[in-house]
Amino acid sequence: MTIEMDDSRPIFVQIAERIENDIIEGRLPEESQVPSTNQFAAFYQINPATVMKGVNLLVDQEILYKKRGIGMFVATGVRAKIMEKRKEQFYEQYVVSMVREAEKLGITAEQLTEMIRRGDKA
Amino acid sequence: MGGIVEVNGLTKTYGKLNAVDNVSFTLEEGKIYGLLGRNGAGKTTIMHMITAQLFATSGQLRVFGEEPFENDRVLRRICFIKESQKYPENFRVIDVLNVSPLFYPNWDKELAHSLIQDFGLPLKRRIKKLSRGMLSSVGIIVGLASRAPLTIFDEPYLGLDAVARSLFYNRLLEDYAEHPRTIVLSTHLIDEVSQMLEHVMVIDQGKLILNEEADVLRGRASTVAGTAAKVEAFLAGKEVIHREPFAGLMSATILGHLNAQDRIQATELGLEILPVSLQQMVVHLTNGRSHREAGEAR
Repeated sequence: MTIEMDDSRPIFVQIAERIENDIIEGRLPEESQVPSTNQFAAFYQINPATVMKGVNLLVDQEILYKKRGIGMFVATGVRAKIMEKRKEQFYEQYVVSMVREAEKLGITAEQLTEMIRRGDKA
Repeated sequence: MGGIVEVNGLTKTYGKLNAVDNVSFTLEEGKIYGLLGRNGAGKTTIMHMITAQLFATSGQLRVFGEEPFENDRVLRRICFIKESQKYPENFRVIDVLNVSPLFYPNWDKELAHSLIQDFGLPLKRRIKKLSRGMLSSVGIIVGLASRAPLTIFDEPYLGLDAVARSLFYNRLLEDYAEHPRTIVLSTHLIDEVSQMLEHVMVIDQGKLILNEEADVLRGRASTVAGTAAKVEAFLAGKEVIHREPFAGLMSATILGHLNAQDRIQATELGLEILPVSLQQMVVHLTNGRSHREAGEAR
């Protein structure tokens, strides 16, 4: 199986994001071991050096830590930390573009709020 | 330093044609390189010079720190798989596997036989009776099982279907992970290999026009689209590698990062900004060149 990467953004950044997603969604619990560089490389069919760069990005942010001779592990308390970071990005990535598109289509703030309520139930 | 291949001002001329024009680069140990460019760009000529099958007209060339010509110390460490590899007249597949250890000291027999299984090659069949795709598979198997410190694949997959190509990429990454070495993939199937590459070199009309880490290139180009006049206004002072006019509209591809101010300006002009894949960027770079030169001549 191959999971496509987006070829218009640095792949090491996408690797870091996927690991973060796995942590947020509970597939990689805190203190669990992260797959090895070579496992990632084989699974996504990407260069191991690129994977290493993505993993190191998370090590620098103290989201992952290294146990010598064993591998990489998810640090304690990082799930909340990642979610906090993602919430800040959420406004820029989703809300701003949604409001802009809504303006283009003549959707009022009230209608937009109503739509979000409806989406919540769906 | 620390490069296993060091090329400086390498040039190859045929009469008035500069097949390779003043090319300089370094290949470092243990990386996977992509040598990209259109057919006839000069990729194969460069590889022939590195592997001592062709003399350069001028320039310096060091492979494993030495002059490669008739130098066994250097040549034993190179495996060069060509697009149309020639084998002795009566050779069978098994004969190719049997002689390979003589040329490649790191030859892994077990790997070779497991690859034969993977690609479903008949060991006893004569090479000249193989289909085009099977012939390509033989080259790939030799290239991988050689485990040569410098392994070069020059368009190795003529006639191979998508399944076999995917198999090649899988096995390459698997074995590279276990036994890191320098690998050069020369290809125009950029989208298929781009994820495996650590470093990208683009050759166009004999010149090296791009030499950069693959991940640095991703996201370096953007396309802006909108009404032609407004797009033109936005393009002022930027490096444009492609323009596509369409009924009063235009989309243009720009090389270089767009800063926050650029993005605000684009929004004010009502322009859309779209990401550009590595593949699209290389296509525009190698395709746009002739247009740009025509433009300059006007």
